[in-house]
Amino acid sequence: MTRRLLTLAGLAALPLAVLGVFFVLPVGGMVARGLWADGAFDPRGLVEVLGRPRVHRVLGFTLWSATLGTLLSVAVGLPAAYVLHRLDLPGRRVVRAALLVPFVLPTVVVGVAFRQLIGEGGPLAFLGLDGTPTAIIAGLVFFNAAVVIRAVGAAWESLDRRPAEAAAALGATPWQVLHTVTLPALRPVIVSSASVVFLFCATAFGIVLTLGGVRYSTVETEIYLLTTTLFDLRSAAALSVLQLVVVTGLLVVTGRLRAVADPTVSRQFARLGRVSRRDVPALAATAVLLALVAAPLVTLLVGSLRAGDGWSLANYRALGSTGDDPAVLVSAGEALLISLRTAVDATWIALLLGLSIALVVTRRSRSRGERRVRSLLDGVFMLPLGVSAVTLGFGFLITLDQPPLDLRDSPLLVPIAQALVALPLVVRTLVPVLAGIDDRQRQAAASLGAGPLRTLWTVDVPVVWKPLLAASGFAFAASLGEFGATAFLAREDQPTLPVVIFRLLGRPGELNYGTALAASVVLATTTAVVMLVVERLRVPSLGAF
Amino acid sequence: MTHHVRARATLASLALLATSACSAVGGSATDGDRTEGAAPSEVVLVTHESFGLPDELVAQFEEETGFTLTTRAAGDAGTLSTKLALTAGDPTGDVAFGVDTTFASRTIDEGVFDTYEPTTLPEGAEDYALPEGADRLTPVDVGHVCVNVDTTWFAEKDLAPPASLEDLTEPAYQGLFVTPGASTSSPGMAFLLSTIAEYGDDWPAYWERLLANGARVVEGWSDAYYTDFTQGGEDGTRPIVLSYDSSPAFTLTEDGTESTTAALLDTCFRSVEYAGVLAGAANPEGAQALVDFLLSEDVQAALPESMYVFPVSSAVDLPEDWARFAEQPTDPYAVDPAEISANREAWLTEWTDVTTR
Repeated sequence: MTRRLLTLAGLAALPLAVLGVFFVLPVGGMVARGLWADGAFDPRGLVEVLGRPRVHRVLGFTLWSATLGTLLSVAVGLPAAYVLHRLDLPGRRVVRAALLVPFVLPTVVVGVAFRQLIGEGGPLAFLGLDGTPTAIIAGLVFFNAAVVIRAVGAAWESLDRRPAEAAAALGATPWQVLHTVTLPALRPVIVSSASVVFLFCATAFGIVLTLGGVRYSTVETEIYLLTTTLFDLRSAAALSVLQLVVVTGLLVVTGRLRAVADPTVSRQFARLGRVSRRDVPALAATAVLLALVAAPLVTLLVGSLRAGDGWSLANYRALGSTGDDPAVLVSAGEALLISLRTAVDATWIALLLGLSIALVVTRRSRSRGERRVRSLLDGVFMLPLGVSAVTLGFGFLITLDQPPLDLRDSPLLVPIAQALVALPLVVRTLVPVLAGIDDRQRQAAASLGAGPLRTLWTVDVPVVWKPLLAASGFAFAASLGEFGATAFLAREDQPTLPVVIFRLLGRPGELNYGTALAASVVLATTTAVVMLVVERLRVPSLGAF
Repeated sequence: MTHHVRARATLASLALLATSACSAVGGSATDGDRTEGAAPSEVVLVTHESFGLPDELVAQFEEETGFTLTTRAAGDAGTLSTKLALTAGDPTGDVAFGVDTTFASRTIDEGVFDTYEPTTLPEGAEDYALPEGADRLTPVDVGHVCVNVDTTWFAEKDLAPPASLEDLTEPAYQGLFVTPGASTSSPGMAFLLSTIAEYGDDWPAYWERLLANGARVVEGWSDAYYTDFTQGGEDGTRPIVLSYDSSPAFTLTEDGTESTTAALLDTCFRSVEYAGVLAGAANPEGAQALVDFLLSEDVQAALPESMYVFPVSSAVDLPEDWARFAEQPTDPYAVDPAEISANREAWLTEWTDVTTR
C-alpha cells in the first residue's frame, strides 16, 4: 500500500471508529434484539410486520411528507440563498442568523407556537390548518429551509461570476443564465442539502405529532410508540430496518444526482450585487419565508412577555432561579451554559470528524475501486440522520454496557450523539466545496516544494474557510437544539436548555409555562448572536480572498 | 463482525478518553468508579424526568444512610419502563422510581425487580399496593387523571358543567372537550382506561359518540392544557380538558381565595407510582434504604410540591393550596395492571382506528 493510501486510511479511521461504536453497534444491537427470537434469527417476523397495511400507510405518509417538505424547502430556500448571500442587502447578516433560529428551538415549543397561530383561538384559525398535513409540511419547511439557505448560500457566495457574466454578455436572459450556468454549478450542493433536509423531514418526530394531532404517523413516531408504549421490539426493529433501507436507497440516488462530470469549479470571492428589478421574485419568495419563520417566533416572544392579564418580565426573572420547583434542578441560566458547553464539544467533534471525512472522500481517486470506497464512505456518515433516535438511545443502553465500552453513563455520550446528528451537515457542506478545488493546484503546490500540510493550508483552507464557518455554525445550532437523543441521555445534573424547557412545559402553573417560553426566546437569541459572531470570524491573512 | 467492531471501538474509546481531557464537559466527575469488593458508597436511582426532591431531603438521606445519591432521570414513564425492561438483570442503577400502574406488569414480567418489602408501610399505603407483585414494587405516590372544567367559563355562560363521562357526549357540551391522545401521552392513556373501566367492551362506541360531539384529540398534556384549554393559554377555546385532580390548585384567582377550575371527580383514573430494588443492583442495601426513605414522612409530605402528586401516606399534611383546592376522588376508575399489560396493544390499535376514522 502506498503512503498516500495509508494517510487516507488513517484519516478515515477515527470517524469510522466513532460511527462503529456510537451508531452501528447500538442500532445493530436494538435490531438484533427485536429480530433474533430466542437465539435464532426469525426473518418471518420482519416479513409479517412489513406486510401490515398500517406499516404501508405509515411509510407512505413518511415518504410523501418528507418529499414535499424537501421540495418546498428547496423552492423557498434557493431564492433566499441568492438574496441573502449574493445581494448587497442591508441587514442580511442578521436575517441569515435569524433564519437559523428555528433549527435550535425544541419542536415542542415550536409546536405550541404554531398551534397558537393556527389553532381554534389563533389569528390564523380561519385557514383551518390545525391538525392537517399542510400544517405538518409548513412546520417541516419552517425547520429546514435554513439548511438549504446556508449550504447553498455558502457555495453561491464564492461561485465564480465570470461564466455567468460571459453568458449574459453573449445575450442570455437572466433566466437562461440561471438555468444553464448557475444552477448546474450549484447542483451538487443543492442535491446535498436536499438529501439532508429529506432525512430531517423523514425522521421528524415532535412536529408531526404536535401539528398533525394523533392522526398522522410517520415511521419515526411509530417506532417510538412501538418501543416505549407497546414494548413491541420486533415490529420496532422491522421498522428500523425499513428506515435503513429507505435511507440507503436515498443515498444511492442522491449520490448519482450529485455526481457531475467535472466537479471542479473555479472560485473567487465575488462582489455582492446591487438589488435590481429582476430580483423582485427572489425577494418576494424570501419575504414569504421570513413571514413563515417570523410568525411563530413572534407568537413565542409575545407569549413570553405575558403574565396574568398584562405585560411583564416576570417570566424572564424566573429564568435565573430554580423557583419553588425542585423537579427543575438547575435554573434556565445554568442550563443555557450547559447547553453552550455541550454544543462546543459537539461542534469540535463534528468538525474534526467531518473534515477528515470530507478530505478523504474528495481526494482524487486513482482507480475505480478506490472511487467506490470513497463514495460509500461519503454516504455511510449520513445514516445517523436517517435512523430513529429512539432506536439509537435504547441501543446505547444495551450495547455500551461492558468494559471497555461501559459508556452508558458517560458524560461524553450527549456531545457525541449530538455530533453524530451534526456530522452530515458538516460533511454535506464541505464536500461540494472541496470537490470543486482543481487538484492541479495541489499538484502545483507540491511540485513547488510544499508539504501536505502546507498544501492544505495554501490551497484548501482559503477556499474551504467560509463553508467551514457555515458548517460549524450549523453544527453548533444543531447541537444546541438537539432534543431526541439529548433528552434520553442527559444526566439529571446536566440538562441542556431544551430539556429544561420540555420539563417546564410538562408542569402545571402559569409561571412554569411562561418561563418555558422565556427560556425558548433566550435560546433563540443566543443562537442568533452566536451565528452572527461566527459569520464575522475571518482569518486575517485570508481576508482578501 | 462484532469482534471487529469492538476492536475498533476500543481504539475509539481510547481516543475519546484522551480528547475528553480538554473537553468542556469532561471536567464533571464520572461515577463509573464503583470498584467491586469494597462496600459501595453510592446509590443510583433510575427514574423519569418528572422526579425531583428538594436538596435538603437528598442531604438528609445521605446523612442518615451514609450513601451518596445519584439520580439518573430521563424520558417519561413509558421510556423508563422500556429502559428498565431492556436492561433487566444488568441495570443502570440500584433502585427505580416512577413505574406506574399502566407499566407495572411489563417490568415485573421482564424480571426487572428483586423482591423487597419495607417492614412498615405508612398509614393508608396498603390501599395502593399492586394486586400481583406487591412484594417487588412499593407504592410511593398517587395521582388521578380527571376531566377538568373552567368554572368561570361555565358561570359566564350560565351553563351547568358536565359531571360524568356520559355528560361529555351531551349536545350541550358539543365542541368543548380536548384530551391528549392515548397513543402519545400517559394521561391520555389513563383517560382511555377510564372509559374502558366505565363502558367495558362498549368503549369504542363511547369514543365514537365523544368524537361525534366534537371532542378534540391532541398530542400531549401541555398541548391540550396550554393551547386549547380556556384557562391554560390566552387563546384557548375549550373549557373542558383532561388533566389531573391536583390541577385546580394551580389556577387560583389573583387573591388566592378560589380556583378558576375544578376536577370532575366522577371521571378519574387512579395511577400509582412505585419504587423497587432492581435485580442485579450493585448496592441492594442502599436501594432498600432509598425505598424506605421515599416512604418516610418527610418525603411523603414533600411529594405534592416537588412532583405534583399525592402521598400514599394518609398521615401527612397536604400543602394549604392542595388541601383547599385539590380534591381527590373517593371512588376512581381502576383497571388491573395485568389486564392493561395484556390488552394495551389491542386497545390502542382499536382506539387509533376509532379516532382517526
